[in-house]
Amino acid sequence: MSTSEMRPLPIVVVGHVDHGKSTLVGRLLHETGSLPEGQVEAVRESSRRRGMPFEWAFVLDALQAERDQGITIDTTQIRFRTERRPYVIIDAPGHKEFLKNMVTGAARAEAALLVIDAAEGVREQSRRHGYLLRLLGIPRIAVVVNKMDLVDWSAERFGEVAEAFRDYLAGLGVDPVAFVPVSAREGDNLVRHSPRMPWYQGPTVVGVLDSFEPAPRPVDRPLRMVVQDVYKFDHRRIVAGRVEAGRLRVGDEIVFSPSNKVARVASIEAWHVPEPPTDAVAGESVGITLTEPIFVERGEIVSHPERAPMETTVFRGRLFWLGARPLEVGHTYTLKLGTAEARVRVERIERVIDTEDLSGRPADRIDRHGAGEVILRADRMLALDPFDANPATGRFVLVEDYVPVGGGTVSMEGYPDQRHLITRKATNIHAVGHAVTREARIARNGHRGGVLWFTGLSGAGKSTLALALERELFRKGYQVYVLDGDNIRGGLNADLGFSPEDRAENIRRVGEVAALFADAGMIAISAFISPYRADRERARRAAGEDFHEIHIHAPLEVCEARDPKGLYRRARAGEIPDFTGITSPYEPPENPELVVPTHELSFEECLALLVDYVEKHFRR
Amino acid sequence: MTSNYLAELEAESVYVLREAFARLDRLAVLWSLGKDSNVVLWLCRKAFFGHVPFPVIHIDTGKKFPEMYAFREHYAKAWGLELIVEPAPPEDEVDPTLPPAARSAARKTLGLQRALEKHGFQGLILGIRRDEQALRAKERYFSPRSADNRWDMKDQPPEFWNQYMTDFPPGTHVRVHPLLHWTEIDIWRYTKRENIPVIDLYFARDGKRYRSLGDRDITFPVDSDAATIDEIIAELERTQVPERAGRAMDHESEDAFERLRATGYM
Repeated sequence: MSTSEMRPLPIVVVGHVDHGKSTLVGRLLHETGSLPEGQVEAVRESSRRRGMPFEWAFVLDALQAERDQGITIDTTQIRFRTERRPYVIIDAPGHKEFLKNMVTGAARAEAALLVIDAAEGVREQSRRHGYLLRLLGIPRIAVVVNKMDLVDWSAERFGEVAEAFRDYLAGLGVDPVAFVPVSAREGDNLVRHSPRMPWYQGPTVVGVLDSFEPAPRPVDRPLRMVVQDVYKFDHRRIVAGRVEAGRLRVGDEIVFSPSNKVARVASIEAWHVPEPPTDAVAGESVGITLTEPIFVERGEIVSHPERAPMETTVFRGRLFWLGARPLEVGHTYTLKLGTAEARVRVERIERVIDTEDLSGRPADRIDRHGAGEVILRADRMLALDPFDANPATGRFVLVEDYVPVGGGTVSMEGYPDQRHLITRKATNIHAVGHAVTREARIARNGHRGGVLWFTGLSGAGKSTLALALERELFRKGYQVYVLDGDNIRGGLNADLGFSPEDRAENIRRVGEVAALFADAGMIAISAFISPYRADRERARRAAGEDFHEIHIHAPLEVCEARDPKGLYRRARAGEIPDFTGITSPYEPPENPELVVPTHELSFEECLALLVDYVEKHFRR
Repeated sequence: MTSNYLAELEAESVYVLREAFARLDRLAVLWSLGKDSNVVLWLCRKAFFGHVPFPVIHIDTGKKFPEMYAFREHYAKAWGLELIVEPAPPEDEVDPTLPPAARSAARKTLGLQRALEKHGFQGLILGIRRDEQALRAKERYFSPRSADNRWDMKDQPPEFWNQYMTDFPPGTHVRVHPLLHWTEIDIWRYTKRENIPVIDLYFARDGKRYRSLGDRDITFPVDSDAATIDEIIAELERTQVPERAGRAMDHESEDAFERLRATGYM
């Protein structure tokens, strides 16, 4: 098999402006005999006419605009081959202004060469590009220390530059394959070892490239097929899309997320093939027909039921920002994830990353070319994966005014899977009508039943107020009962831990039990942190109009200063994982029926507020 | 390995075509009758299971080779295409400051622009490739054009992770490039694998063949003995002569192609 029959390995060349990326590519093409006949001569001639010294970079710069400014303004694609295999080199611009073009080029690459000027050393874009390569998920990176001719081929200088950058990349969790000292202009250490740097024993640039293995297709990950469209060109109804991960077979039972519809694959359709396919793997664009005529749409993700993607309305994104206007809290953007689209609001910016030293700091905006971690809330249910679990369905793009302005990866740390919220497991159960009517219970008790759902941070005062309110209402003749961790966790929910999923399930059960109390004519007071809005919304649905969400509110600093049980101290010390407000989010209610600000009112005032509320809403 | 690589190219193009069809109203595909646009039509039929579910436009300069017209009539019928033929305007209507051959090529651009306006197409699929020409290397899969048909090469939207710019302000349109990642040799290998018909002018006769087909008066054959696809592939593996060497307009002045592209040439 000749090398031209192999798939070219896409490589991106990045680095600070003027550190010699284009020169490296131009010379590499020349050294490997990959330039068309006459190209170098034509450029030499053109340079002579312009009265400029010849540069290897000119070989690539086809544009007048580029030559005039002396910078690559967009990615260029160059093919060349070594004895081992063919390559596509993506030469990405190093100037900060053109970061979106650098991202466009780099995102296609399977490996990267990061070029650093030996004389200038590590600069702003060297670091930023290193950071972006990591965020884009480029698995293999080699560092090329260029312009060794300007530092007298000094082993010492090479060591300094390499060491400084190695430390920075280590902070990102990136371990470069190699550091290669070269002079791109002179051609040293590109293909052959340079006699001028006998102290360097490592691989040449081509040697490093040839050592890269192409990224394997993710056929071993759980099946993910993104639905692009549903066609009805003829008698067939074909669900079209691409298998992003795993393997799909005729006969498989599949689930569409987030609609959660289930069907079986009847056939895999294809036009002009020797025989109809019976399976399809990651990377293939396919069309399938289903055994059941279910309604599914573009944007859904097909998976096997037992290894389905997560479903959520909120997630944490680690993103880079390319928009001219900064990303700000409260702004909404169009999210594109796979083929799905949704409106998302920036609920919080957790931190902005300083790419100089990788430190994070809180902020209310992320400026152009910045990076950070944000909480995004969607206007509808999304199906997705954490990036580490399944990259293709774990990354997203944000669009503002028609233009893509940012991209990022999904983290679900601290957020539960909401799939069970919309998946009704039991469909054969019918509500049993009661012989005792609701009106009769109200007449007997002298008040309506209902749920007082307290929510708030640990230390806000939920339990204390719940118990005091219970005592006060009981004294006034109410049928009232407090549901809290002590009487729920010990029995009903003894099987649950504190992972995001278990906490969600804990709240789900409390919501159902509280609704039963309300239906029985009693007032149930629940006193759980219940940090997730979606969980509380579900409790509200269980109890219907008898549900009253009450925000027992105090700011985090106040709660942490109170710290009645010493939990915040332990959480800060890392002893309690997933602690609300510290390592896991608290989503305050948007429209609670009542807010009780315990940091502004005295205990008695808070209690009076609650009692008045109950008297007004529950007395018949 | 060969078939895997071609399958990957095909899968990527099919994905792009389906995105265009799902996201753009009033879509059309440009058919120049050359090897690349034949592959584009073939990929459409792959993507849409035997159908080309949008109009196919041929901008007719009236100066194509007779073989090309015969090919057009035959396959438009055989492939069930919804063919729209639009005549290119006469040469005296185009920018007179362009060099002669470029002026001739610019007729196609103007004809295309008028066809877009006439039919109100929002998206146009074209078979250009990054490896053909340095400027085309900078293209996007989804490449927005302004209301006056201009390509702003210096301010293109970012494009990554298969997310394309698919929403546009009113009045603008988008060029869709499903073959962007293919090379000339890929086109021939795929044409062979799929047995896609091509015009005979590509094959050598009397020591000459066309590598790229344009208007009769500005396209020239290259020296070649390659009379079959296999021989063409073997020739391309050896040659270092660029594909568009026979296209006069690319070589008249250094910036002719850039000027053509900025104003809407494909």
